Amino acid sequence: MAALRQIAFYGKGGIGKSTTSQNTLAALAEMGQKILIVGCDPKADSTRLILHAKAQDTVLSLAAEAGSVEDLEIEDVLKVGYRDIRCVESGGPEPGVGCAGRGVITSINFLEENGAYDGVDYVSYDVLGDVVCGGFAMPIRENKAQEIYIVMSGEMMAMYAANNISKGILKYANSGGVRLGGLVCNERQTDKELELAEALAGKLGTKLIHFVPRDNIVQHAELRRMTVIEYAPDSKQAGEYRSLAEKVHNNAGNGTIPTPITMDELEDLLMDFGIMKKEDESVIGKTAAELVA
Amino acid sequence: MPQNVEKVLDHENLFREPEYKAMFDNKRSQFEFRVPAEELAKQIEYAKTWEYREKNFAREALTVNPAKACQPLGAVFAAVGFEKTLPFVHGSQGCVAYYRSHFSRHFKEPTSCVSSSMTEDAAVFGGLNNMIDGLANTYNLYKPEMIAVSTTCMAEVIGDDLDAFIKTSKQKGSIPAEFDVPFAHTPAFVGSHITGYDNALQGIIKYFWDGKAGQGTALTRIPNESINFIGGFDGFVCGNLPEIRRMLDLMGVEHTILCDPSDVWNTPTDGEFRMYDGGTTKAQVEAAINAKATISFQGYSTEKTMKLIKEHGHDTTSFHHPMGVTGTDAFLMKVSELTGKPIPKELELERGRLVDAIADSQAHLHGKKFALYGDPDLMLGMTAFLLELGAEPVHVLSTNGDKEWAEKVQVLLDASPFGKNCKAYPKADLWHMRSLLFTEKVDFLIGNTYGKYLERDCGTPLIRLGFPIFDRHHHHRFPIWGYQGALRVLTMLLDEYFEALDANTIGIGTTDYSYDIIR
Repeated sequence: MAALRQIAFYGKGGIGKSTTSQNTLAALAEMGQKILIVGCDPKADSTRLILHAKAQDTVLSLAAEAGSVEDLEIEDVLKVGYRDIRCVESGGPEPGVGCAGRGVITSINFLEENGAYDGVDYVSYDVLGDVVCGGFAMPIRENKAQEIYIVMSGEMMAMYAANNISKGILKYANSGGVRLGGLVCNERQTDKELELAEALAGKLGTKLIHFVPRDNIVQHAELRRMTVIEYAPDSKQAGEYRSLAEKVHNNAGNGTIPTPITMDELEDLLMDFGIMKKEDESVIGKTAAELVA
Repeated sequence: MPQNVEKVLDHENLFREPEYKAMFDNKRSQFEFRVPAEELAKQIEYAKTWEYREKNFAREALTVNPAKACQPLGAVFAAVGFEKTLPFVHGSQGCVAYYRSHFSRHFKEPTSCVSSSMTEDAAVFGGLNNMIDGLANTYNLYKPEMIAVSTTCMAEVIGDDLDAFIKTSKQKGSIPAEFDVPFAHTPAFVGSHITGYDNALQGIIKYFWDGKAGQGTALTRIPNESINFIGGFDGFVCGNLPEIRRMLDLMGVEHTILCDPSDVWNTPTDGEFRMYDGGTTKAQVEAAINAKATISFQGYSTEKTMKLIKEHGHDTTSFHHPMGVTGTDAFLMKVSELTGKPIPKELELERGRLVDAIADSQAHLHGKKFALYGDPDLMLGMTAFLLELGAEPVHVLSTNGDKEWAEKVQVLLDASPFGKNCKAYPKADLWHMRSLLFTEKVDFLIGNTYGKYLERDCGTPLIRLGFPIFDRHHHHRFPIWGYQGALRVLTMLLDEYFEALDANTIGIGTTDYSYDIIR
């Protein structure tokens, strides 16, 4: 058996991380890979397309019920879905209380100690939004994910988040083995999106591994709590995800240490593509109505 | 083996027996991988130099042996000063074990304090359930009349909200709705134990004066003739507060001591265990809003508390641990000014006796050099007292004293001929003090028990004053405030001075020409 590959999907909230990761992993499962998904988001929605379930019982909610994490059995939290993909959700506190970051650490330690990683080819972490604290950096620490895939789009804030996540990776890259696997652009149909994504990838010292075009079939599949791979295996979009899965699979060992850029450089990039006007200080802080007037 | 049941050796002597000596030698040579003795000696000598001192003071990122403790410790101190009040620290158990043992080692009395025992689950989900269960257990098991809540780092990092948690606990029936639970957030990584004392005391006073956290009506102040007294965080509290009470009673001043743990940390052994004893009552706290004035004996320990009290219209005065003749004079004259009551003959007599005692011994303390460290208020008081005695407070150091504090010390130093070559060191630690003691030698060091390592390393005799004092018994039972207290501090200084003098002249036929019966 090949060595265990651990990958993680990061990206700005609402960018389509969970959808992209689940479709990619479903395609990897089609290729015969044994997969474990670890959802690291208190919303616990990283596995719904694989399990066809609204929300899965999480490690932390079951631990709270049982009294403590020590009282938990791995069978209680591990669910098996499409093509035997194993799914775990770390879960977390209600919004506004406790510490979700600590929840991620607790869950991952529990999974490792209780053999959840035994007998799988891939472990994939799906991590919420930005790397807001040390807990959400857990999957990029030593001996966890080897490659990080950042899901982004041509929107300013998504690119900003991608750059921030690169900073997080850089922190651990020199001491540990974590590398940036590449960017995955989820098309939002913004101006010059592909070119911008490729340029950002270049600046970050990585590559745009795949450009996933926008297709309504993804929404149709999601409504049925399915991946496109399962819902419409012959569709063009399923092919896109298979292609992405293939690229991820062949990308082992090709990750790089990212070279994050400054906010100014990021803005320069947007200027270079004509999305922001150069040196145009007059538009800063002006509303659309003010600019027309 | 040297140990035997008929004659059990304590570790002081046991480890000098040949078996143990051989074992230690063996361990050293085989397992310790020590640097060669010459190299070690060289390094020790280097650490005594001015060059090392300069490097030491250029230190930015590291603190070595800070002379301070954390906020919740001070919060527990404040809480036990109220009648039948149990301190409840929302956070992990180990922290609370530390507060209990720290106080018990100093006061040689049990210190009752509970924790909400937060574990990993609580860190993730928030500690609400711990609060609900903890309050219920505390209420039912230990039957307090008030529970004063503070927090450890863990609860603060995840942002637990005490006000909301306590209200929710009451709604869930954990404790009766009308039960008094004042609270204060006391993040241990901010400030020091004096900050925690201040926050907790302010929390308790605010709770009773400003409408019990929205569950009652705010009190209206009808000023009367009484005054409030607040001592601040004080390791000598068992001696000091009764002394303050005695002086104010002698003056016939109606007064309330806000926060008085002098009984609970000084319970008698008479067959009855007292989990609670003495302390300021709730009725007294409520009535205290009507006082015409409030005096704090330690301003740095009560900054927020005094601000709150001032906002309620009190005439407020903050001292900085006044000691000695001048310090006590200033305190008594302020009380007299506020209340219109004259200072009675008895106190004048005590003052005269103190002045007499100082005059009797002044030849011995005159020009003696001292280094001292501790809480900012104590340092100001002790610096002033040393100057009054004609001694030189050469190094005055405080970990939790800031630049503004150092300027205050400097004003004291500048006002006296004995303060000429003396300096204050704010935000410094005991490793800084070590360099100071090596490079600018003094005759005596004044500090808490941890100063004994400096005494060992630098050979400067330690006079124990401050908190904690673990290795000498019963100091806390005697006052260091008032004229009586000054007499005791004077005696401590002199005892150590004469001990040192005797030790220095004890050589038979060599130095004993000065080994005198009369000093």
